[in-house]
Amino acid sequence: MDIELMTNSFPKLLNATLITLKLLSVSLILGLFIGLGFAILRMNNNKLINKFAYGYSYIFRGTPLLVQIFIIYFGLGQIEYLRTTFLWVVLKEPYWCAIIAFSLNTGAYTSEILRSAFQTIKPGYLEAGRSLGIPSKIIFTKIQIPIAIKQSLPAYGNEIILMLKGTSLASTVTLMDLTGVAKYIISTTFKPVEVFIVAGGIYLFMTFIIHNIIKYLEKKYGFQT
Amino acid sequence: MELLYFGDKGWGDELFFATLMTIAVSITAMIIGFIFAALFTPLKLSNNKFLNSIGNAYTTVIRGVPELLVIYLFFFGGSGAIMFVASIFGYNDYIEINAFLTGSFSIGIISGAYSTEVFRGALQSIDKGQFEAAKVLGFSKYIYFFKIILPQMLRLAIPNLSNVWQITLKDTSLISVTGLVEIMRQSYIAAGSTRDPLFFYSFAAVLYLMLTFLSMQLLNRLETKYSKGY
Repeated sequence: MDIELMTNSFPKLLNATLITLKLLSVSLILGLFIGLGFAILRMNNNKLINKFAYGYSYIFRGTPLLVQIFIIYFGLGQIEYLRTTFLWVVLKEPYWCAIIAFSLNTGAYTSEILRSAFQTIKPGYLEAGRSLGIPSKIIFTKIQIPIAIKQSLPAYGNEIILMLKGTSLASTVTLMDLTGVAKYIISTTFKPVEVFIVAGGIYLFMTFIIHNIIKYLEKKYGFQT
Repeated sequence: MELLYFGDKGWGDELFFATLMTIAVSITAMIIGFIFAALFTPLKLSNNKFLNSIGNAYTTVIRGVPELLVIYLFFFGGSGAIMFVASIFGYNDYIEINAFLTGSFSIGIISGAYSTEVFRGALQSIDKGQFEAAKVLGFSKYIYFFKIILPQMLRLAIPNLSNVWQITLKDTSLISVTGLVEIMRQSYIAAGSTRDPLFFYSFAAVLYLMLTFLSMQLLNRLETKYSKGY
């Protein structure tokens, strides 16, 4: 055990954790909007729209995240047309490519979580709302969404933790996130165990925090449906 | 399409063998995962606090740490650890373990943590009366486990195990960082030498979709087979 290496690498890894957290929070927020959008499309009665939304979630859940990042980072740059548009400003940055890939990926999983949450809402609630003459927009925002959020909290908590682990793939497109820096230190010092303990410890700590926040929220918003 | 020709001109045969490699690594990892699950599920269910915490530590650490980090640990640390064990027995030459073994072992440990949770959940949801009845009837330990508990456990476990299989299959793409030539690595090589990354990575995505789709079909059939009589 090289304790000195562990204490030396700790600040460096902690610094890199900031990038990991940035990647995680931005892609979770974007992914939540994407997921909500596709969950609404999934519940549409139009078969074509429904199939489209299903196809999106099927493709993103059926392929590895690594492939998705590589297609966006290495693949899209190949299209000449894209290089002339403003999109190129975004797509030439590995940071934004990683965020796009993560958001689309977590969006696909989130849409499935939200869809099943919406579908488990008892029809009685909607009927009660309708019979009271509440406009359907307000039924959606004030009745369906709060219940759906509550229903989906446990599954969404798992998704946040999966995404936290997913951000480690940003290191494959040259970003120096927690895993990226850990790999750099391992490959220069050849002390994998020590670095693994420190970096893994930081990840576990974050998982622990997320787990507890979700548990707290579940308790706070836990009303019987 | 020329890029996919078999033989020297295209990458068809290379990608075909890479796909076989992905399948081989996934299956090996899944089996290694089962071995780990068989070791750790009893620990997680044990009443002994010490054994219990070992089981919990395994599943919590592996499921809380990114797969890539675990792979780096074994990739950089694997041969060192084996050389250390070998040096105890007096063997001091450099030992290099091959990428296939490191890869399947690291993915196997990850998949094992998920399988452990699945088996634990399945065992716990078997009706207690089944255990008691089997004991009261005085069956031998072999029949007790293999003929009474295991079939019931499998029925409950198979739907979740097919999820674990999907996760394992997708995780194998991460082994490409160690240089093992599976779908991802082969696409990386092909994309580099043809300068056509969009095509090859999209094709890799199609290959993965095909693998997940086909394996789901097979697993669904297995699921119906094991839920016969219910």
